[in-house]
Amino acid sequence: MREAVVEIESPKSELIEHAVYEHPWAVRFCHWLNSIALLVMVASGFQIFRAFPSFGAKIPQKDLLHWPKAMALGGWLGGGLQWHLTFVWIYIGTGLFYLGYQILSGNYRQVLFTTRDIPGVWPMVHYYFFFGPKPASREVYNPLQKLAYTQALGLGFLSVVTGIAVWKPVQFSWLAWMMGGFHWARIWHFAVMWTILFFILGHLVMVVLHGWTNFASMLTGWKKHPEYLSHQ
Amino acid sequence: MESRIDDQKFKRANRRELLKLAPMIALGAFAIPKLQKPLLQTGLGFSDWVSAKLFRSGHLAATFADSELAPFEKFPINDYDVDDPGVDLDQWTLTVTGAVQKPGAYKLSQFQALPKVHQNTRHVCVEGWDVIGRFGGAKLSDFLQMIGADTNSRFVSVECADDYYESLDMETALHPQTLLCYEMYDQPLTREHGAPLRLQVPTKIGYKQAKYLTDLKITNVLSRVGYWEDQGYSSFYGL
Repeated sequence: MREAVVEIESPKSELIEHAVYEHPWAVRFCHWLNSIALLVMVASGFQIFRAFPSFGAKIPQKDLLHWPKAMALGGWLGGGLQWHLTFVWIYIGTGLFYLGYQILSGNYRQVLFTTRDIPGVWPMVHYYFFFGPKPASREVYNPLQKLAYTQALGLGFLSVVTGIAVWKPVQFSWLAWMMGGFHWARIWHFAVMWTILFFILGHLVMVVLHGWTNFASMLTGWKKHPEYLSHQ
Repeated sequence: MESRIDDQKFKRANRRELLKLAPMIALGAFAIPKLQKPLLQTGLGFSDWVSAKLFRSGHLAATFADSELAPFEKFPINDYDVDDPGVDLDQWTLTVTGAVQKPGAYKLSQFQALPKVHQNTRHVCVEGWDVIGRFGGAKLSDFLQMIGADTNSRFVSVECADDYYESLDMETALHPQTLLCYEMYDQPLTREHGAPLRLQVPTKIGYKQAKYLTDLKITNVLSRVGYWEDQGYSSFYGL
């Protein structure tokens, strides 16, 4: 295991606890920064969507769904675009910083889903959703988490790339062409956003289910007596 | 290799690590009412700066076959005030001012005398819809040459019969697909679509393609950018 481990002794008792430094500052910082940036991107994106909530023709206009103004950011199309085109740079910058840090520090090995993780995915799914037995915890991230977080990064990349095709269908015409044109790029951008929202929902459910100690490790980096330590 | 520390030290280490996240508070500036508007304007301005850097004067917007055109009746009409501001088509002229050798009033026949260009291009509205239409007219660059415009100037600004106003950066103005358009679907522009003359710029968002033009100026200074831009929309909005 690459992460730092400490033994904590209390002068009051004989107890010795262990703690693992799971998440470096850069990972935590990017996580929280992007949770805000993503929230702003989605909310302002919905404000933009409200201006023409359809993927069909303008004449006749048939709206796909009505998204309430209360769940959008910006107040009007102009405002939505301001938030969207301002925070996109924070969103992209954070993503690049995270990617750069993970690769240059070697910390990516902790979370990157590889072929060796494939056999471990079904047991986790079986346990969480189909009443299977609890698989032994061996690492900071289990195979299902690695799959989810690796895919999340991919979704982030797709959200930017589809967004670029919508924003600049002429200057990035090759990108728009790969997606089937401006009209389709807009649909893909919307679909990727919903996939990200679906991921976030699952992620929040898991966070709640796994308790305070686990959540706190994304705040301070340290997790006390993690399960996988006893399996070293 | 494990190190051993006491629990007080561990608690302090945790607190320190939490404090290291403090720089995030900077984002809170966006929640302060006084700072919000200038911050968002700066952000939008940065996006515009990037857009201008990404614009390539030699790169063409996609063109389409006649079979891909939307039917004329399905080409939407947008305005900010009225569809038809009642232009007197018999008396109409375009008044040209600014950094040009030949200012003055230009009649429609003078635009029709310039080489005529047809293009089937995609019109993208900021709202999010798009439509492929057929447009005909003179290249703005040909007209700028005819009037002896100083193409080192930064902007071409226009005014319209309905008090709408817009501007183009010179690089876009000189782009081969930027037209002074007087025909749609091989017919003279209808009143609602901007008769007798409108901007047609497939490398720009729809709101920049001003209709029923009355004035054109070559200038380095814009006291106002455009009707929608001055309300908070993007100034460059190249596609």
